[in-house]
Amino acid sequence: MNRPITHVLTLTVLAASLAACSKSAPQLDQYGAAPEMPSPKRDLMPDMTIAKPTEWGDAVPTVPEGYRIAAIATDLGIPRQTLVLPNGDILVAEGRGGNAPKLKPKDVIAGKIKAKGNTAVKSGNRLTLLRDADGDGVYETRSVYADKLNAPYGLAMIGNVLYVANQDALVRFDYVEGQTRASGAPTKVTDLPSAINHHWTKSLAASADGRYLYVGIGSNSNITERGMAAEVDRAVVWQVDAATGAHKTYVSGIRNPTALAVQPGTGTVWAVVNERDEIGPNLVPDYLTSLREGAFYGWPYSYWGKNVDTRVMPQDPAKVASAIAPDYALGSHVAALGVSFSGPAMGAKFADGVFVGEHGSWNRNPPVGYKVVFVPFRDGKPAGQPIDFVSGFRTEDGLTRGRPVGVTVDPRGALIVADDLANTIWRVTPTEPAPTAPAAPAAPAAPPAPAAPEAAG
Amino acid sequence: MSTHPPVTPYWVLHPFHAFVLGGVLPLFLGSLLSDYAYWTAFDVQWSNFASWLLIGAMVHTTLALLCGIVGLVRHRHGLLYVLLLAVIWILGFFNCLHHARDAWAVMPAGLVMSAILTVLALVATWIGFSTLRIRGAR
Repeated sequence: MNRPITHVLTLTVLAASLAACSKSAPQLDQYGAAPEMPSPKRDLMPDMTIAKPTEWGDAVPTVPEGYRIAAIATDLGIPRQTLVLPNGDILVAEGRGGNAPKLKPKDVIAGKIKAKGNTAVKSGNRLTLLRDADGDGVYETRSVYADKLNAPYGLAMIGNVLYVANQDALVRFDYVEGQTRASGAPTKVTDLPSAINHHWTKSLAASADGRYLYVGIGSNSNITERGMAAEVDRAVVWQVDAATGAHKTYVSGIRNPTALAVQPGTGTVWAVVNERDEIGPNLVPDYLTSLREGAFYGWPYSYWGKNVDTRVMPQDPAKVASAIAPDYALGSHVAALGVSFSGPAMGAKFADGVFVGEHGSWNRNPPVGYKVVFVPFRDGKPAGQPIDFVSGFRTEDGLTRGRPVGVTVDPRGALIVADDLANTIWRVTPTEPAPTAPAAPAAPAAPPAPAAPEAAG
Repeated sequence: MSTHPPVTPYWVLHPFHAFVLGGVLPLFLGSLLSDYAYWTAFDVQWSNFASWLLIGAMVHTTLALLCGIVGLVRHRHGLLYVLLLAVIWILGFFNCLHHARDAWAVMPAGLVMSAILTVLALVATWIGFSTLRIRGAR
């Protein structure tokens, strides 16, 4: 028995000394296609830095020079995702879902601690419609478009049909342009997996041709601690036939695809995905990726391609071998919850790329996320470091005023950001509106350079 | 038969102390068996059981330790017993934190710690209840 005793004593002393010294995670380069990744580690206690909420007061989030930001709706019932309707009205999905039994003493304790970093208001369970009739940027009309929904989250529109992904079902409304209230109760398109709903948010996007809906369904655990039986039809994106409601699994092993967006032009579906916790402050990077039909992204067996996660037993080497790495790392624990493709109306610097809403970390010291970043694209692919677009959600002294969730680009030239801590909708606009006609290319100042070879990787 | 007046036992187990000490071994043994079941069957529910049984074991250990300290202070007896319970308490606390890890991350250290704790709990129970026989039943 000597060996195990020594082992445990060493482990205990090591854990205690690790927990005793106050530490701060090293900053690694975790952006892009090949993020730096340390070895997995877990101290006695997971790093926990929980947001301490405070009010915005007169302050507003910080935006780049040449842009302004304003709150267009406050006192909502936990706004998550938004949709800009063809007439410019904005729909806001509000609510809090989740239905997962507490299995271990840890779930009871950690649940109480994490709840401190979130809003305490009642779940709205509704869609609120915001209207700016005169186009002055003030959304003077506000109405409840539909209520009594079950934690609505994903929103999409095909023609005149509005689709809403509740936490338990995909439903549809027949939308009539200009209406401020739905004409009736929704019709169910299909049920969504919800017997247990650990990661309850159901994200949604419509294919460019309007035939399919894509529904992001998160895993039922951090890393299989509810057992594999709870993971049937989880950590997947479904492709749902809009006409029949029939579905098939489009991609799998995608831990928590919290927002989906269809790329203009190519029609490719992109997702932002939250990766696993509790193996260190710099693991595992959350990511932005294009979805390749049939692809397996590793969860739970491996992360970022074929890096095996030993917390899963039994392991599955065949699945690990089939896992592919995502396109672009956003950094560990940033909690990306929103994604939207930009356009020329957002101004030249931010025209080609995606905006990503980062709710912010709990499992990391110092905290990360708590901002909206812009990931620039070139030739239809992410290229370069993310740029802060909306920040200042945390104060200098470590309090948290807001937490971004869904982001939506209004083609008229605005970014709509849902803040589920301040229960506010923010709207960012360029101070100088971009020309409405297709942006004329600037006159070449120099003779065209020889075509540079495409950057590899 | 002795004609001496009976010796007043100066340290016996109070019934409450006996109750809390009596729970320590079965609860640690339960967590060991649950950990072992998870080790062999990979069914994570056993790990959940182990976690809750450990919490129960820690409640009993804490109360038994407090009873032991009271006995130590009032009667200057039971130092070894108190030290042993203190060791169990510390290792048990680490084991509780360790069992808060997700899925297989509990293994193998969780199983090893539960085994050591079960042995220590057996020894503590033995020493604790021995006082009854030595002092009380003379």
